[in-house]
Amino acid sequence: MRYLKIDSPRPRIAVFDFTDCEGCELQLANKEETLVPFLNAVEIVDFREIATGEGEDYEIAFVEGAISRSDEVERLKVIRGKARLLVALGSCACFGGVNRMKNAYDLDAANAEVYGPTPKETLPVRSVKEVVPVDLEIPGCPVCKDEVERIVRHLVLDVPFAFHAYPVCVECKQRFTTCLMEKGQLCLGPIVRAGCEAPCPAGGLGCWGCRGPAEAPNVEEFFALAKARGFTDGEVSERMAFFGGFEGIAAGGTR
Amino acid sequence: MLYKTLRKEAFRSVVEAILAGSEGVGPRRVGTDRRGKPIHQFLPAERFEDMDFSYDTTEFSAKTYFLPFREKLSTYRFTDGDWEQEIRYRAEPRALIGLHACDINALLRLDKVFARDWYPSPYYLSRRRNTFILGIDHDPCEGAFCRALGTDTVTHGFDLFLTDIGESYFAAVGSDRGLALIEGFGAQPITDEDSHRYVAERKRIAALTENGLNLNNLPNLLDIEFKSPIWAKWGAKCLSCGTCAMVCPTCYCHGVYERISMDFREGAKIRQLHSCTLVDFAVVAGGHNFRPTPESRLKYRYYHQHRGFVEQHEEPKCVGCNRCGRACLAGITPVEVIRELQEEVGP
Repeated sequence: MRYLKIDSPRPRIAVFDFTDCEGCELQLANKEETLVPFLNAVEIVDFREIATGEGEDYEIAFVEGAISRSDEVERLKVIRGKARLLVALGSCACFGGVNRMKNAYDLDAANAEVYGPTPKETLPVRSVKEVVPVDLEIPGCPVCKDEVERIVRHLVLDVPFAFHAYPVCVECKQRFTTCLMEKGQLCLGPIVRAGCEAPCPAGGLGCWGCRGPAEAPNVEEFFALAKARGFTDGEVSERMAFFGGFEGIAAGGTR
Repeated sequence: MLYKTLRKEAFRSVVEAILAGSEGVGPRRVGTDRRGKPIHQFLPAERFEDMDFSYDTTEFSAKTYFLPFREKLSTYRFTDGDWEQEIRYRAEPRALIGLHACDINALLRLDKVFARDWYPSPYYLSRRRNTFILGIDHDPCEGAFCRALGTDTVTHGFDLFLTDIGESYFAAVGSDRGLALIEGFGAQPITDEDSHRYVAERKRIAALTENGLNLNNLPNLLDIEFKSPIWAKWGAKCLSCGTCAMVCPTCYCHGVYERISMDFREGAKIRQLHSCTLVDFAVVAGGHNFRPTPESRLKYRYYHQHRGFVEQHEEPKCVGCNRCGRACLAGITPVEVIRELQEEVGP
């Protein structure tokens, strides 16, 4: 890639999935209008969902999914050993995601509930950073392709990337979405990190916090204003726990 | 100022004539709030029926049609060893129909910053000049304090401004194009009786708008109360979500960033509205944050509104519309904050 007369090498990337729905990977293969230039900017070494090769000389590993089995732990450690940069892709990889809800239950009971008489080997769900060091986390369920593209451009040009520090409210305003809290819905927008372009509130669904907390969220006031609007602490805590991004914050914020 | 009267029945024709000649934007009902009251927004409208001129206020202000939340300032295209820059100003004609006095006064404040200051913005000027503004008078809306700021009436900055005087509208004509438009629909010279009716109607509205708030000497009061515990109290509630500034008709602080296209052949410089209440507003190179607490950020928003802007432009930036107070989920309203400050120093 050549930009401002500087040639940048195409980073060699690989994409791996663990306990997840593979939806974030699918986002990487989405957005047709820029898919060709996106794939031209990088060199795909291993990406099961879109390519047949299984090369091992990757520099950047995008890891999707939570870690919930011992073989996954081993596989992840091997990937970490080979990758110069390890990127956690999506809410499962960043926080444990919806899978993390399993941790609130007895492991054997959860196993029996899902697999019945044929239980599988399983561990409490962990995010990627709880197993190996992570260089960059891209949250979202699924990730926002536009944001991934921005990050990839930064990786290609080798310049630092900064996520928005502010909450989703800003992006609702940018797209003229009427505040769902004003309409009587619960929405985590005021405490959740922006960057998704707020598609859920625009579609009429209050934010569930897949991107995790904004910088320095005022969780205490959020509980208070939600309560003043008729939402119980339990309802708010449950929603904050849904994607795992508020782990440690949700409990502390409950009054 | 030139005044005319316009028959009530002609209003619809005037609006339709505007819509036939340009893009129209007006108050549209977009939903119902949790208390059962209608929510309105200034949105593009194609037909007279799309708009609801009995609206109280809008959730967002009309500033977005002059200062969009995001605006591409220029694009760069790289070719073999060279590059081309393209700058586009929005010049397509647009009409804002049904603005209230506070929102037109808000545009006059923005004019001071973007049209009359040291560095006029061609992006703003182009939009402002090519926007026809038809204002309407109205009964005051809940929580507003426009009367205390003198923004419940407006003398310029519009093409037409209509006040209901019974059988007809008392029309203030602010431009040639405004005059040309209503002359085509039977506008009449005003009579003494029309003037009396207008003055009586304004008195009626002014009485309704009065809420006892007196902002006299507020800039000095703010200076005196720089360390008031009131800032900590309201700061503890602030969500740092930026909503107050986003919905404000005069908050114009913004950031500029570059974006490169995915094929690395094009770059763009983009301006995006930011807010002094957002956590990273005062972060500088090296990572230091000059306003790390919600308290300091909220305080400085009030300082810019009611003190800093006065020093620069001889009047507060705030027009008293209370959109920030209505939109704030934490219930921080300017009237309450200012009243508490005034109580701090005694009656």
